[in-house]
Amino acid sequence: MSVTPALDLRGIEKSFGSVTVLHDVAFSAYPGEVTALVGDNGAGKTTLVKCIGGIHAFDAGEYRFEGRPVRIGSPREATRLGIEIVHQDLALCENLDIVQNLFLGRERRRGLTLDETAMEEMARSTLSGLAVRTMGSVRQRIATLSGGQRQTVAIARAVLWDSKVVILDEPAAALGIAQTQQVLEVVRRLADKGLAVVLISHNMNDVFAVSDRIAAMYLGRMVAQVRTSDVTHRQVVELITSGASGELGLRR
Amino acid sequence: MSTDIPEGKETALKLADSDFATDRREHDVKSAVLDYWNRLKAGELGALPALIGLASLFVLFTFLKPDTFLSTGNIANLSTQALPITILAMGLVFVLLVGEIDLSAGVASGLCAALMAKLLVEGGQPWYVAVISAIAAGIIIGTAIGWLVAILRIPSFVVSLAFFLGLQGITLWLIGEGGTVPVRDEVIVALATRNMPIWLGWTLAVACAVGYTATQLLRWQRQHARHLHSKPIELVLIQCGVVAAVLLGATYVLSLDRAASPLIELAGIPWGVPLVGTLLIVCTFILGRTSFGRHIYAVGGNAEAARRAGINVVRIRISVFMIGSGLAAISGILAASRLNSVAVSAGAGNTLLYAVGAAVIGGTSLFGGRGKARDAVFGGLVIATIENGLGLLGTKAYLSFLITGVVLLLAASMDALARRRRSNVGR
Repeated sequence: MSVTPALDLRGIEKSFGSVTVLHDVAFSAYPGEVTALVGDNGAGKTTLVKCIGGIHAFDAGEYRFEGRPVRIGSPREATRLGIEIVHQDLALCENLDIVQNLFLGRERRRGLTLDETAMEEMARSTLSGLAVRTMGSVRQRIATLSGGQRQTVAIARAVLWDSKVVILDEPAAALGIAQTQQVLEVVRRLADKGLAVVLISHNMNDVFAVSDRIAAMYLGRMVAQVRTSDVTHRQVVELITSGASGELGLRR
Repeated sequence: MSTDIPEGKETALKLADSDFATDRREHDVKSAVLDYWNRLKAGELGALPALIGLASLFVLFTFLKPDTFLSTGNIANLSTQALPITILAMGLVFVLLVGEIDLSAGVASGLCAALMAKLLVEGGQPWYVAVISAIAAGIIIGTAIGWLVAILRIPSFVVSLAFFLGLQGITLWLIGEGGTVPVRDEVIVALATRNMPIWLGWTLAVACAVGYTATQLLRWQRQHARHLHSKPIELVLIQCGVVAAVLLGATYVLSLDRAASPLIELAGIPWGVPLVGTLLIVCTFILGRTSFGRHIYAVGGNAEAARRAGINVVRIRISVFMIGSGLAAISGILAASRLNSVAVSAGAGNTLLYAVGAAVIGGTSLFGGRGKARDAVFGGLVIATIENGLGLLGTKAYLSFLITGVVLLLAASMDALARRRRSNVGR
């Protein structure tokens, strides 16, 4: 494997007070691939993601971005590098339309006024780049969109800014079957465009449908990072529930 | 391995695609009207209740008082009556948009007017010094409220209630118990009691109508040329036609001689009307066309999302209170101009409730995130019409209070119901 990982973490330690949440965690994500991050509740997935996104500072460990060692002290620094996190609650303003949400806080301006024309055109091209056959009108309010459409808007916002790593926290948690498929298709499309995508999910069907690699966590440890094609459904479930499966995972 | 969506799931994908309706870039009139109807059904009422309310009030009062209500004199009176409420409401729209409330806006307007009157009468200052000081005082009051709300996170309801009491105290101290300060400065008095020359009124009205039509058409043309989302041209033209008709019609009525005696001539648009017009244009521009305005809506819609998007939520919160109290000061000046004096009770009593009512009747939501500057104008006209009509009918004071209270309650319940409807419709 000669490809440099977009994101490469080694020996990450993190504790809150006396509770160790992450213990010697290694994690990498490659451009053009979807890496599924799986683990039971409390395994440390969210903490790891928050460390990657600069929301938490880790206590020890090495953080490499595109091969360079970096220090990320705040969410802003992560964003500047091109790391975007789509949180589970999406953080969209329901009273604003799709274009307005996509550009929220980073509006295009022409002199004193907003450049609505440029923003609408860019929003349209980003959404069609995600193979969303445009959602009706990009001038619809978020309040009128379905859950899957909202998720797509949140993802589109993450990729609008030339980002390199996109982390999705349970994008399909609250969605129906058809909408989940829609979002998974978008996730796949992101990786095909060359981004490194990290997908947190509890749903094994989704993980196997869309991911190239699986990183399984168990009680604050990274127990295995494998290619999706090398493992079975049952093995991954075992890794999540007991931290080991045959050759894989923690030594007993 | 192949990481495409596995075989056998194509049906699901198709289903998902149909979820994203095909894009209709060109709306024709039929689909635009249908869209509007669907939005209405979904609880996006906009200015419709205010317009229906205004129309029915006009019919009602014309029916009850056929000779006086629609007389040119009363129409002119109505227009100046609406001025202070409208400006106060316009400031409150900003505050309501971020989901806060400023209960002290009314008494702040009274205090600023008292300060202006004091500077004019006892300070001997020219009118512009007095006016600028009054507006500055308003902005300072707003900054203080905004700071307490945004930094200390005290609920704005409590902060502004405290200011409601405290500011009345300052006004009382400034003017002295039971007193009034007369306002005789020519320029100030002219705002609400003198009229523009008729030629100037017509020029401004025509300029506004042409300007509005030109902006709308230019925008339509730009959107259309680039295949962006645009309204059908027919609707744009109708909209421009209605605005032009209202502008010119009002100018015509106000340009008729309304003097009671044939010996003098009294005609023209009161000077305060173009002032409100200017404020309306400026506020609409700020809210609709600048990133500051966009951020106000964002904070009102979802403050956490706005914060994560890098918007300085604290700054937005403070600035809306500054705008609210600054406009309250201007409203106080107009009220003083109309009455030729400032009393201790200026801005107290039901002033604030009328203004909040105006904003809400106009379509601004009490829950934040929804509203426009024009809401203040429509709502202000409704409230002023009620006040004016009841006055003509010689309604007893207790009835006026009751009726206005019921109207406010109606507006607020409509807002709450529309909101519930919206959250039900959200799929």
